[in-house]
Amino acid sequence: MSKLSLLDIIGPIMLGPSSSHTAGAVRIGNLAREIVAEEIEEVKFHLHGSFKETYQGHGTDKALLGGLLGLSTADPKIKNAFELAEEKGIEFDYLPVELDGVHPNTAKLEIKDRTDKTTTIVASSVGGGSVVIKQIDGINVDLNGEYHTLITLHQDKPGVMAKISRVLEEDELNIAFMKVLREYKGALATAVIELDHNLTTKKLRAIKEIAEIKEARIIKPVK
Amino acid sequence: MYDFKTINGLIELAQKEELSIPEVVILREQELSERSEAEIRELMKKNLKVMKEAAQKGLEKDDLTSISGLTGGDGRLLAEAEKDGKSLIGAVISQAVAKALAIAEVNAAMEPIVAVPTAGSCGILPAALLTVAEKYEKKEEEVIDALFVASGIGLAIAQQASVSGAEGGCQAECGSAAGMAAGAVVYLMGGDHNQLASAVAISLKTVLGLVCDPVAGLVEVPCIKRNATGASNALVAAEMALAGIESVIPVDEVIVAMKKVGDALPNELKETSLGGLAATPTARKIENELTLNN
Ligand code: SF4
Repeated sequence: MSKLSLLDIIGPIMLGPSSSHTAGAVRIGNLAREIVAEEIEEVKFHLHGSFKETYQGHGTDKALLGGLLGLSTADPKIKNAFELAEEKGIEFDYLPVELDGVHPNTAKLEIKDRTDKTTTIVASSVGGGSVVIKQIDGINVDLNGEYHTLITLHQDKPGVMAKISRVLEEDELNIAFMKVLREYKGALATAVIELDHNLTTKKLRAIKEIAEIKEARIIKPVK
Repeated sequence: MYDFKTINGLIELAQKEELSIPEVVILREQELSERSEAEIRELMKKNLKVMKEAAQKGLEKDDLTSISGLTGGDGRLLAEAEKDGKSLIGAVISQAVAKALAIAEVNAAMEPIVAVPTAGSCGILPAALLTVAEKYEKKEEEVIDALFVASGIGLAIAQQASVSGAEGGCQAECGSAAGMAAGAVVYLMGGDHNQLASAVAISLKTVLGLVCDPVAGLVEVPCIKRNATGASNALVAAEMALAGIESVIPVDEVIVAMKKVGDALPNELKETSLGGLAATPTARKIENELTLNN
């Protein structure tokens, strides 16, 4: 674990009542918004464990939705998240779910955007407002939203990671953390690369131009 | 390197470098975050502002209710009784208790608060500190310094034990908050390092073993009233320490004991709502009613 800041002890400023069920839920929504990066049309929140049991009393429902609308953990407008979503024509629903082997405070978000693409995100609120994105579209990622994160989907061939690293090096970008996941044996792999600084649009383009890369996106940190 | 893991470590560092405790805490943060002192003080000032607003909202709003409808309005009730001259225990404690209730109720009503150290225990530190600051007309900068003292104490507790109810029970949340508040109040009132350490130790000792058992899983019952007793605990401990009463067990040993007690607590008593007050017949009834209403 990274070293504790005094702002972890006094703070954050947030809407109550619970750092894990409210503030954490907002951050899950914020990150999901970053990941989808398109106008949202419809969202289904599948709630697991303690999220399922207490989501209304803790305002987890409004917090998830408000976060998805881009509101911050301290924004009083979160209380009106339902109305705000309706104004924007976003459909939303909350459903119970049983997920295997996950933290008690976990939600699975099924988000349909205006391009008709559906993104599925599994995320947990792990305490004190910290969150972890566990899966994006069935791929394990383990993102905590504290760094600029580059996520790629690429052909699993030798040398791809070296090509990516070379592009990053040119910009003197420090890699804070890197993980490569092979979900589709031998065919496709996903790399999750946490960076100290943001990647320029140009660099992102350079990465996308690598022949083996199918998809690359950058996820900004959320506060 | 301005790092410390224990309260003793923090005090020794301050003595060795001839710095105040807030200075050490700020220097540690500067090294950690690469933020300037001015930026760090500015962030703390913002925290103080939200604390004050939460207290005011809780005491003044006449229709304050939690999302579940279970709680709200008790802080105001007590403040009014005190104003009417009906306080049994005296103005300072009564006002601090009213503020603690009010802020915790604001939290349950999904309004902005500062988590100190957590949202569930957010009323304790501001209630004790703001009440004393008002009574003794302390300047804003002094109160901000006291908040840095509180964060130093909280850091020492978090690094040796825990400040989360799910990990350590309510002693870790409302207990830590009371310890932070007690030390901050002693600092604000000009107490020395020993008095500060004793105040933290005394307040933690009194809640050792306190379980986390929120009714229906919500941060309301018993949490809000534990904020009230947490604030009074902090003031009583500060009062004793300032009078020269020492803790027989040194503060860092108390913190380690708290960690061990927390580890020994069964899961039923660590935020799972399976035991304690959460498992009483009335709690179960409330839980059922809330589920039906949904
Ligand atoms: S009982 Fe549990 S949830 Fe309530 S304040 Fe204490 S630690 Fe927090």
